[in-house]
This record gives sequence, structure tokens and C-alpha cells, in this order.
Amino acid sequence: MPALLTLCRQGKILKTLDFLFQRFVKAILVVLGVVILNFVLIHMAPGDPASVLAGEAGAGDAKFIAQLRAQFGLDQPLYWQLWTYLKGVLTGDLGYSYRNQVPVMTLILDRLPATLLLTGCAFVFSLVLGILLGVIAAYRRGSIADSVVMTSALVFYATPLFWIALMSVLVFSLHLDWLPPFDMESIGANYTGWARVADIAHHLVLPTVTLGLFFTAVYTRLTRASMLEVMALDFVKTARAKGVPKAQIIRRHVLRNAILPVFTFASMQAGQLVGGAVLTETVFAWPGIGRLMFDALLQRDYPVLLGVFLVTAAVVVLVNLITDLLYRFVDPRIEAAS
Amino acid sequence: MNAPRTPLLRVENLSIPLPTGLDREFAVENISYDLHAGEILCIVGESGSGKSMTANAIMGLLPDYLNPSGGKILFRGKDLLTMRESDLEQERGRSMAMVFQEPLSALNPLMKVRDQIAEVMEVHGERNAETRDRRVLDLLEYVGLPDPANLRDAYPFRLSGGQRQRVMIAMALALEPALLIADEPTTALDVTTQAQILDLIRRIQKAKGMGVMFVTHDFGVVADIADRVVVMERGIVVEQGLAEDVLNRPKHPYTRRLIAAVPHREAHDAKAAAEGDLILDVRNLRKTYRSGGGFFSRPRVVNAVNDISFTLRRGETLGVVGESGSGKSTLGRCLLKLTEVDGGQVLFRGSDVVPLSAGAFRPLRRHMQMVFQDPFASLNPRQTVGRILTDGPVANGVSYADAEIKARELLALVGLETSAFDRYPQEFSGGQRQRVGIARALALDPELLVADESVSALDVSVQAQVLELLQDLQRKLNIAIIFITHDLRIAAQICDRIAVMYRGEIVESGPPEQVFDAPQHAYTQRLIAAIPGLHWNPRLAVL
Repeated sequence: MPALLTLCRQGKILKTLDFLFQRFVKAILVVLGVVILNFVLIHMAPGDPASVLAGEAGAGDAKFIAQLRAQFGLDQPLYWQLWTYLKGVLTGDLGYSYRNQVPVMTLILDRLPATLLLTGCAFVFSLVLGILLGVIAAYRRGSIADSVVMTSALVFYATPLFWIALMSVLVFSLHLDWLPPFDMESIGANYTGWARVADIAHHLVLPTVTLGLFFTAVYTRLTRASMLEVMALDFVKTARAKGVPKAQIIRRHVLRNAILPVFTFASMQAGQLVGGAVLTETVFAWPGIGRLMFDALLQRDYPVLLGVFLVTAAVVVLVNLITDLLYRFVDPRIEAAS
Repeated sequence: MNAPRTPLLRVENLSIPLPTGLDREFAVENISYDLHAGEILCIVGESGSGKSMTANAIMGLLPDYLNPSGGKILFRGKDLLTMRESDLEQERGRSMAMVFQEPLSALNPLMKVRDQIAEVMEVHGERNAETRDRRVLDLLEYVGLPDPANLRDAYPFRLSGGQRQRVMIAMALALEPALLIADEPTTALDVTTQAQILDLIRRIQKAKGMGVMFVTHDFGVVADIADRVVVMERGIVVEQGLAEDVLNRPKHPYTRRLIAAVPHREAHDAKAAAEGDLILDVRNLRKTYRSGGGFFSRPRVVNAVNDISFTLRRGETLGVVGESGSGKSTLGRCLLKLTEVDGGQVLFRGSDVVPLSAGAFRPLRRHMQMVFQDPFASLNPRQTVGRILTDGPVANGVSYADAEIKARELLALVGLETSAFDRYPQEFSGGQRQRVGIARALALDPELLVADESVSALDVSVQAQVLELLQDLQRKLNIAIIFITHDLRIAAQICDRIAVMYRGEIVESGPPEQVFDAPQHAYTQRLIAAIPGLHWNPRLAVL
């Protein structure tokens, strides 16, 4: 209780409330903007879901198409369609998939866990490995280890994701037969409990590494640069003057300061990770929203596309919000500055 | 006293070569001096003299590309230069400690004060966290920090510069080292804070019997604390001896030059200036800064300039003196409309410029110019000096040919070669760049010059030259100057009148004699008492 009182007195709670309030309002505006922009862009693109559906049904006549358009509300003016859609979004209704005959929300909720699992694993993998390699490269600057790390980072940075994906399937699945090449679980195995967890983990390895390598390269380079920058700062010299051994200086003084920009960058890249998942999920037949989006795109399934965009945008905004909050804990100066 | 003692520290023929391609071969060359326990040795010199380099060499903190090529550094008889890094780590922080110049950057921003001080004890073998904690509290108390129990849990950014420097000192004292090296520890601090820190260092040194090596560029500080002095110039020790001798009977021409350049109050005739036309009449000027605030919390309001009034005549120099945060720079920016004003009037040649729009004010801008503090950041590195000097006049309708002729004249006027016209700012030294800055301000024939800390980034001998230049130009061109500075000695030397600012207000103003000899306001009295070397007259030393 006394601690709480002190906090109140310093206005800390009010400041944090202010911060949360402002960020929340901004987050909602951003998501709303994304929804409207996507809606307009999609309807400006050539092609019409009604004619695609009609074409696939084998009935190309105008009357049937008009009937389909009326059924899905596509004959209404665009602003009216947008308004109807927004109203739906506010009540949690993301529309109905023309194609799959299922509510979009159901489709997305079905696929989201797989994507979150994959991107989450790839994110953690790349961040941990990237920071580790970056620290080693900075600590042993100019050594062979540094050269090896930085050269590999450059290679993975420059190589297209899909190529790494295909090559790793070729090597680790076809030739070595170590890892399963596609899907999230072994078909027909019906594992339960820990056996199922192990099976999914086994399936996760290739897509995670593939998706994560590019970002590992980015974090490695960023961490190294940031470490070297911090190592030149005055307080590092102070630590040396105190007689602190080098390894401890790196751990306690340099890394903690150097890691801040890496975190900022990581939160910005969380969105790109979801984008990268489209490719990875397609190559590895991963049942996530990346593949859902890819299929919806080919089928002009507007509601599904819009739903996927909305959810990914919300995830990105949420990740950024969490990062900003975390930042206030990691760096005590942020709160004072805001 | 006369018996030969083993010095605490003996630097013997130390040479540190510089990487090839620099302006000289050695950072320090063949330098020798002793430091005894219980004395304060001041190493004094200008930038590039190698004074900090020596301090870092003793602590083993030189960058990798610098390695001493000869000589010894004997600490209690053991040569530090031949010691293994792991042994040196044992000595650092325990038997010798260092305090740095920049208290803002010398502390880890993400570590609490308590942990940073405790770390010294931890790495030197104090395993008991409770003992460390108790010692931290004692130390913070000892260096005179307020409310140590709460302050130890603060992060450095919450502390003022002076408080941070006290934390640095507490850290250095944690294990009661025999040798304390202080590298310009008060240079970044306000003058009253400087006086307190100097006092603290002297008090601790006496109490603990430490040997203190104090690196400084300021002879005023030397006069205040030194027992003995080593004077360095371009890597060489040119003179050393007892403080009393070096300060009052300097032998080497370089020492004499340095001492002659120390700013000091000089008698001058303010009458001539008092007869010029009134050029600036400032009435009740106000400027408020707001920061923070939101839906749930109130904004913070700072009255940077609070109801300020003064007048200025042609040919007159008004010194605006104050410490950091006093609002003196904001005042300068308000006068030139470089920032919005919240109230009051600025009558320039009789008409108020405050209500003027940016467009309406533009024709007047050329009459009021500014000379900035940082000679490195205030000149565009991508433009030649010629371009810098002609841009303003050309923008004001002067033909380029005329502007060029004028620019070359100005270069001569501020004491630079006219060939400087085609060169870039980075080819010049700090003092030369400040001359370019002054020439730039003069290119528009201003009637009012605002010089904001225009000499504080310069070495003392260069500073003296630039001050002389400003005074000389004022005599020739009869311009009015507002000289904003934190250094009372400079203000006393060149200003006709002085206004002392404190928390956004002018608390006292008048001619230097009045302000210095009979200060009325308590703050002015504190400020004057804090001037380093107050009781030493450098002018007498070099008569």
C-alpha cells in the first residue's frame, strides 16, 4: 500500500494511464485506417468474386451473376458496403466467406493458432540466436569468429526466403529424411498429449528456421553494431576504471544498453514476420492464415482477405503496444520523457 | 618535508606515440613527474596537450591503438605498464580510482545508483550484499547527497550534473584508493556546483590523505586547489613546480601566455557606450515552456523568461550571466524571434517586433544576428566558407559579386586569410571556425549581435583572441552586443553592464564594478563567491 501511495504521489500511475489511453486510441485509429484502406484497395482491383464463383459453377450468364451480386450485397454502392462491413466488425462479425460457406471469423480463428505458433517460434528463434551471434561478433571484433558470423549473416540476409525453404526441404527431408517436409502434424497418426506436442515440434523445425534465418541475420548485424556503439560510451570506461572484468562489462553494462534498439526493431519486424509467413506456409503447406490469405487472394474471396488483413494489422499494432509498454520497464528514462 | 620520499606515483620519461598521419608524432613525449600521497597535483594544459592521455595511461584505459613506447609509470614502486591486465584490474577501483569529465555520460543509464557503487566493492571481493548496501549509504551521505536512502534507488537521469558527479566521486572513494585521478571533473558543471565539488575533493583528500591528480584547463581551478602544478603543451611538460610559484612567477613563455589569457575583470570606460542611441528596449518579456500532460495528468510549466526588461545602446555590451537552466539562452532566442514569445515587447529601434509575422520580420533579421556556441555544429560542413558568408547577403538582395568582395573583407577583418573563402569549415580549428561564425553574423551589417556562449567551447588562449576580436569589432562598427555566458570572469572582462539571470528572472543588473563589488542579491553573491581563483590575480603574475 505505501508503495502504491508513493507511485500515486509521483504521478506515475496517471502518467501510465495517460500513455495507455493515448496509445489505445491511436491503435484503434490505425486498425480502422487499415480496414478502410484495404476495403477500398480491394474493390479497386480488377476481378469480381461473383464472376469467379459463377465461372466455377459453370454458369456464366448475366442473370445468375446479378443474382449472386445481390445475394452478397455487391450491387450496393461502395460506401454502403463499407458501412455495413464496419458495423459488422464492431460486433465481431467479419462477414461470410462466399467460397467456403463459413463465417470468416470461424475460418480465421481456426487458422490463427498455427500461424501464431510458427511466427512466435520464428521470432524467438531469430531474436535469441541473432542477439547471441551479434554479441559474440562484437566481443571478438576483428577475429575469425566475427568474420564467419558476419559473412553468414550477409548470406542469409541476401538469400530469398522461398529458396532457403525449398533447399532445406530438399536437404533435410528428401536426402537426409530427418524432418517432415510439410503440414503441421503427421497425417493419420492421431497423436494425443505429449506425443502430439513432439510431433508438432518436429514439424515446426524446418518452417521456423527457414522463416527465422533472415531475421536472425538482421538481428545479428544490428546487435553487433549497437554493441560496438555502446562499447565506445563513457560509462563503459567508468566500468573499466572500477576494475570490472571484461566479460562482466559486456554482460552488465554493454548488452543491456545495446539491446534496446534491437527490441525496437524486432517489434517493427513482427509485422513483416506475418507477411513472410505467407510464403513459408505455402511452401511447407502449413495450415495457417498465411495460406488462407493466399487461397483467398486467388479466389477473390473479399471477406476472408479483409478479415486476414484486419487480424494481421491488429496483431502488429498489439505487438507494438506491448513493446512500448515493455520499454517503460526496460528503460527507466522513457517514462520520464513521455 | 625535506627528506626524500618514495612518491605514490612516478611518471618517468613516458612517451605515447600517435598513429602515423596525425599532426605530431607523440601524444605525450618523454614526460616525467611525481605525485606524493596527501597532495593535489594539477596537470594543466589546453586541448591536445596530452593531459588526459596521461591520466588514461596511468589507469590503463588507453584505446587499443595507443601504446606507450617508452618510460615507466611507477605506482607504489610497481610499473603499471608491464603489469598483466588481470593484475591491473585488481588495482583499478581498489587502489586507484578515476572521476571523469562528463557526469551525464559516465554513469550507466540503466543501472540504479546503488548498484553502480556497489559493483566496485563486489568486483573487488566484498561478497556480503548487506555490507555493500550499508557502505553505499555511508558514501552517498559522505559526498553530501541529499536523502541518500531514497536517492540510491534512483537512475542517473533523475540526478543533476552535480549530483551525478558526487555519485562518481562516491564510487571512486568506495574502497578508499590511495590515488584519485580526476579528469576535468568540474568542466561540465555550473560554477556554483563546481565550487562545491572542488571543495568536496579537497576535503576528502585531506581526510583520507589521498594523492590526487587533477587534470584541468582552468587556471582559476588550479589556483583554488593545487599544491603542485605540471603545465603541458602539445605532449610535453613545459614547466612544473609548487602552485604558488607557477601561478605567480611563471617562467616558461607558454605558461605566461596561458595565464595572461585567463579572463579577469578589467577596468573599462562604460561612459562612451552609455551615450549611444537606444537600439533595443525590452519590456516585460515572457516565455513559458510546457511539457508532458495528457488526458489524466497536468503539464509541467517552466517560466524560462519571466517578466524581463532591459535596454541596450549602440556600441554597448550587455552581459547576460547565469547558470544552466536560468533562461539566458531562451532570452537570446526570444530577442531574435527564433522562438515564440508569450508576452511583453521587444522594441528594436523603437518599434515592437513581437507582433510581427515571420514575413514582416524577415527584413529586420539582417540587423540582428547571432553567434552560436558550438563552432563545429553551427557551420554547414557541406558549404564552403565563401558560401556561408555570401548566402545571407544574397538572400537579402545583394549581388553575388558584391557579397563576395564583402566576404573577403570580412575574413580579413576577423583575422583569417582571404583564401579561406574557398575552403570548408572542417579545414579550420575551433577558434578559426568561431571567427567564420562571427564573420557570417557580420556579413549582414547587423546593429545587434547576440553571442550565446560564443567562446565557451574554445581553449583559453583562443578564447582570449576571440574576445579581443569581438571588442575590436565593436569599437570599429559600433554595434550593440548581448553576450550570454556562464562565466562571470569573461563577462567582467568585456561587458559594460551585467545582468544576472536566475530561474528566468534578472535578479540583479548594473556595471561590473557594482555587481562584483557590492552584489545585492543572495544568488549573485553565491555566484561571485564561486568564481574559481577569485583571490588570484593572473594579471599581476605576468606583469
